[in-house]
Amino acid sequence: MTSVSSASPAFTGRDPDNRLYGPLPDVQAEAGYDGDHPARVGFFTDTSVCIGCKACEVACKEWNFLPMDDAHGVRDVMGLSGMSYDNTGQLGANSWRHVAFIEQTRTVDLPMPTFGRPGDDRNDTGRSVTDGPNDESLATAQQSSVLNAEALSEFDPQTGQSGTDKQIRWLMSSDVCKHCTHAGCLDVCPTGALFRTEFGTVVVQGDICNGCGYCVPSCPYGVIEQRKGDGRVFKCTMCYDRLTDGLQPACATACPTQSIQFGNLDELQARADARLATLKSQGVETARLYGRDEDDGVGGAGAFFLLLDEPEVYGLPPDPVVTTRDLPAMWKSAGAAAAMILGVALSAVLGSRRK
Amino acid sequence: MPGLGATFGRGGATNFQEDLANSDCIVIEGSNMAECHPVGFQWVSEAKARGAKVIHIDPRFTRTSAIADLHVPLRIGTDIAFLGGLIRYVLDNELYFKEYVVAYTNAAALVSEQFVDSEDLDGLFSGFDPESNTYDEASWQYEPEEPPHSGSDDPAGAAEQDRREQDPEIKKTDKAQAAGSGGPPIAAKPKRDETLQHPRSVFQVLKRHFDRYTPEMVAEVCGIEPEVFLQVARWVTKNSGRERTTAWVYSVGWTQHSVGAQYIRTCSILQTLLGNIGRPGGGILALRGHASIQGSTDVPTLYNLLPGYLPMPHALQHGSLDEYCADAAGKAGFWGNKRAYMTSLLKAWWGDAATPENDFAFDYLPKIDGDHSSYRTIADMIQGKVSGYFLVGENPTVGHPNGRMNRFGLANLDWLVVRDLQMIESATFWKESPEIETGELAPETIATEVFFVPAASHAEKEGTFTQTQRLLQWRHKAVEPPGDATSDLWFYFHLGRILRERLAGSTDPRDRPLLDLTWDYPTHGPDQEPSADAVLREINGTGPDGRAVSGYLELKDDGSTSCGCWIYSGVYADEVNQAARRKPGREQGSVAAEWGWAWPYNRRILYNRASADPDGRPWSERKAYVWWDEEAGRWTGLDNPDFEATKRPDYVPPDGARAQDAIGGADPFVMQGDGKAWLFAPAGVVDGPLPTHYEPAESVVENALYKQQANPTLEHIEGPWNRENPPLSDVFPFQVTTYRLTEHHTAGGMSRTLPYLSELQPEFFVEVSPELAELRGLTNGEYATLVSSRTAIEAKVLVTERIRPIRLRDGQVVHQIGMPYHWSYSGISTGDGANDLLGIVLDPNTHIQEDKVSTADIRPGRRPRGPELIEFVEGYRQRAGVPSGRVGVNGRDPVAAEAGEGSKL
Amino acid sequence: MKTWLDAWPVFRQLTGADPLGRGLAARSKATENVVSRTATADRVVQSVCPYCAVGCGQRIYVKDEQIVQIEGDPDSPISRGRLCPKGSASKQLVTSPTRVTTVKYRRPFGTEWEDLELGTAMEMIADRVLEARRKGWQDENDGKRVNRTMGVASLGGATLDNEENYLMKKLYSALGAIQIENQARI
Repeated sequence: MTSVSSASPAFTGRDPDNRLYGPLPDVQAEAGYDGDHPARVGFFTDTSVCIGCKACEVACKEWNFLPMDDAHGVRDVMGLSGMSYDNTGQLGANSWRHVAFIEQTRTVDLPMPTFGRPGDDRNDTGRSVTDGPNDESLATAQQSSVLNAEALSEFDPQTGQSGTDKQIRWLMSSDVCKHCTHAGCLDVCPTGALFRTEFGTVVVQGDICNGCGYCVPSCPYGVIEQRKGDGRVFKCTMCYDRLTDGLQPACATACPTQSIQFGNLDELQARADARLATLKSQGVETARLYGRDEDDGVGGAGAFFLLLDEPEVYGLPPDPVVTTRDLPAMWKSAGAAAAMILGVALSAVLGSRRK
Repeated sequence: MPGLGATFGRGGATNFQEDLANSDCIVIEGSNMAECHPVGFQWVSEAKARGAKVIHIDPRFTRTSAIADLHVPLRIGTDIAFLGGLIRYVLDNELYFKEYVVAYTNAAALVSEQFVDSEDLDGLFSGFDPESNTYDEASWQYEPEEPPHSGSDDPAGAAEQDRREQDPEIKKTDKAQAAGSGGPPIAAKPKRDETLQHPRSVFQVLKRHFDRYTPEMVAEVCGIEPEVFLQVARWVTKNSGRERTTAWVYSVGWTQHSVGAQYIRTCSILQTLLGNIGRPGGGILALRGHASIQGSTDVPTLYNLLPGYLPMPHALQHGSLDEYCADAAGKAGFWGNKRAYMTSLLKAWWGDAATPENDFAFDYLPKIDGDHSSYRTIADMIQGKVSGYFLVGENPTVGHPNGRMNRFGLANLDWLVVRDLQMIESATFWKESPEIETGELAPETIATEVFFVPAASHAEKEGTFTQTQRLLQWRHKAVEPPGDATSDLWFYFHLGRILRERLAGSTDPRDRPLLDLTWDYPTHGPDQEPSADAVLREINGTGPDGRAVSGYLELKDDGSTSCGCWIYSGVYADEVNQAARRKPGREQGSVAAEWGWAWPYNRRILYNRASADPDGRPWSERKAYVWWDEEAGRWTGLDNPDFEATKRPDYVPPDGARAQDAIGGADPFVMQGDGKAWLFAPAGVVDGPLPTHYEPAESVVENALYKQQANPTLEHIEGPWNRENPPLSDVFPFQVTTYRLTEHHTAGGMSRTLPYLSELQPEFFVEVSPELAELRGLTNGEYATLVSSRTAIEAKVLVTERIRPIRLRDGQVVHQIGMPYHWSYSGISTGDGANDLLGIVLDPNTHIQEDKVSTADIRPGRRPRGPELIEFVEGYRQRAGVPSGRVGVNGRDPVAAEAGEGSKL
Repeated sequence: MKTWLDAWPVFRQLTGADPLGRGLAARSKATENVVSRTATADRVVQSVCPYCAVGCGQRIYVKDEQIVQIEGDPDSPISRGRLCPKGSASKQLVTSPTRVTTVKYRRPFGTEWEDLELGTAMEMIADRVLEARRKGWQDENDGKRVNRTMGVASLGGATLDNEENYLMKKLYSALGAIQIENQARI
């Protein structure tokens, strides 16, 4: 396969003939569901409020009966990874949620920068205790808040008299299958084991999968994996079974701080946009959304993130592109080549007849 | 929690977690809330989303620090200096809530002329007896209003009780803990100076006491920049007052110190000065670490307490019910009704056998006469003084400090009963403990019979837990327990039944208490499970008509009522299990009073009368919570008033008023004898009426404030199996702190055995700074060995900038080592036990051990195995000048150290 | 005829609205029959998490007298349906294969566990309690009446129910045992 930059003019993402790339307003309709299918759902993982508790990892495993892990096939003996508090390592057949821990420090010069910070001299406004029931969800409140702005725009001031002062920041982020608009795993699956659900999510059907493994290299995020001793592939289903009962996925249900939010994708996108704007306005310049953009290499993700640093810092590819993007073009080229070969052969035959 | 009890009158958290959402500033100190109480932390997140400041004050940068607005990395064990500095800042800059302080605290009270402050005695208060290492509190008293004991029925008796309180043997029995509900008794109401100017007024005493706790001194002691301290001071004071409130959150990061109760006292003084008690978004939240740890002190299985914080009768003090109640006679507040609560308890236990003629069977109760707390008992076991031991859902050889000492204790019993879900280490000490490997223990020498009797899990039985903010929640039973597993209710009910059957017909008077015991609970099912509902109803209490009482105000001292735990009275009001109420939160107001039931009287914020001004009006609309409704003639608001509902704000007690009638209409601290919050504690805290900074028992730093290095009253337990590291020792040059991780639970029996939790934190590890790693040659992911006077353990090393060395002003660098304590040899995730490294020294108020700070050495590589380990540690002891730790068979007898052996270093 | 043909994915793919066979046409039999085990549970029981003291509400789903799922109770005003990793793992706590569900006995100087009937164990424990109580009995100590035994001690965890703690304290006190302690001290 040729390497083509996503900036290549050949792939604007608006090619009506390429159904494997670019924005898709209705992924379910594209997959054959009629007009009254449910809204597309997704995850918005707001890493700025993640406390790294790993409830998502455990709740997922409990619900989906995942085996205890040697997750990535490398660490066969369970042991300390030595990588901060992350002993899961990465997503895999047995870990459908993975919380990354990134410790960052930078040296500072004394004296410390001043502490004048936004909100120091706020007026006494805001919600009163008597305002009534707790109907306001945290997620709603977060949109208009200054949550974390100070902690996250700057590193935490680890001041002291040690002379070796450092500022420290500890990033935590719960990763998951992106449930891409254009899912490479789904597009290459030769058996129909991977399919698009009526909720717009991408799910492996264990009764169909034959363990061919074609999907594994087709995922630009390295999410899907074959389970050792089983051979079939496994990944996040966004708790397809729970969705059919009107429940939220297990991870989002458990998440103590609503870092993992589940909902209709368009609503989540609006919420994320507002949250980003709030953080930006509070000076968190490094905040960004990841997987939100429908014009990106996978047509936008069903599970997207608010990050506080470059994606690579979290172990995420900076510019993922669906591996099947070039497939239609390749088929076209292949078709033309085949036609040419046929033509040559034909003319040869015909030519010979003319003789 | 005597720190809270002595200040406010009850030992429980003053507010509830959901109320944190109303805070304008939240200070989390001595707690790693995001890691240890993640779901409760959602309320901090919510407050933050509404614009609150969140400050985390902790030696380590944790998952809580990661999303706090400010992390203050103070040196381990210096919280009193930090909080004392805040108190000084508040007083000096006149930032206290003046109307609140004058009206609701004892700031105006005058202290006795005999009192001499620690500032004048270089770290000791007046009344110290170096022989017994205890204080006589006589000089700490108020200067009384004339005449003393006004209103008392029995002034001579009360005075006699006050005198006996000072007996060292009585002091050793955790009197302070009896202040869990109902403040400590005081002899009389004090003289007052409402201008707060009298030099002996509490306010002025306080000012002088904290005068040296300047930002610079705080910086020096705590090892932080003065500017950081001032930033905290500014945020806290700007977010306190009429319009705004600040909450403080603590956990065992405060209690597990040799001055733990005083940590909490310091915070209590600060929060009182700022006017943050009894108000929404304010308060002091004690976060407990176990499902019903609050319940386990309310309905205590503690040696010094009876249910509802009634003290266990003391042999020197309580020969009769009259003597037992003498300190309450005629006094204001709680103590006035002590006799009703006690009589009702005796009726609940001994029913018809408890009569006025036999003092309601008061003499059936066994008496204590010293410290009989857990660690003392372990020491007694090693000496063969205890025959049998029950461990019921507890794993002390892992979860308690000095695992080796604990194991020696178990090895010298006649028998041990362990009730648990899994085969925990405390049940297998006789064949798998580290001392088997060293040869100090062997199955062939251990006579202890061990019964492992499997227990039912939380889903397999019904009953109530009392969560961290005094809320009782009933659990319904989901399924039957498997195999022989039974509830502990089943075990104790049937054990009692069998014992009573064995003794039936006995004429021995010592068997009467057992035979006369009310023990006829209804049972159901094939296993004859006793009814937890019936037990809860007995705890609630019944009136003369046999019906459940609606609260403790209905209890009588004439034997006509019965009540198993007076503070829980009301949990079965109207013959309804109130703890089982589950009206969904979203269908209720923010207080959600119809979910479960909180003691006392289903009140969620304690002392909430203080959310209104003395006239009964809210201090501000923004912080309105409970107020006086003149038209209705009663207190009303969002919560149940923690006050008599119809007592007018202008009520003045008439002469000779008793109990609650002696509490004025503007006195919110209804459990205190004077209705006030105590800035200065004339009673109730045995190591000083005011908090003072002492270094931990095992500190590498000299006390910068006083000649007195450590708490003068701290309790030691002597023995070769509990050697202490000397302070300021070069041999043990690093500070160690222990803690939990989100992924595990306490001693690990409920987490290291579970696959999904084990894989998240698969091995024992310690956290060190890059600087210490370089100093000692430690490598990330490799093993290191830690050594103390107790033993040596090994752990994987995690090198992280989140742990930082602290350079003090004089150039001394203090290295701190972080050590989660969940591990031992059993289960899926295993490792050495962190607690084996620690010794036992105790807070004199609570007998809680100082395991948040100790000293050790650390070096790369694995520890020696087998008998070599003994020699290795003995070498350290010799070099540190510590007596030998060698022991004889089963750890029983000390063995003299052999000269010539020792260090292999 | 039509039914089996409908069940053939290629037929569905070629004739339906999903020509690439990535959605509707690819649905397997198992997918069509998928059902959440929360929906098929026989009952749901409201409980409380046994780990820390936040007091999170739990919903326990039971099917055929077995616990099939434990998750947060959204009705709880404290936890609002959320659980931490420990609370989320509490089904494993109950169903753990390493749980010990029969009585184990280690005799003096024994080197291995032995099995014991629960009833026998209870009788043996009762014998030993009475003997230890007698051995450690004190009518007086230092001339003061104490009527107690120093022979029996107890240490409870703080996951005991209030009702259990109550019966323990009541029974121990009636026996005269005073060295009764709890994790709450720690």
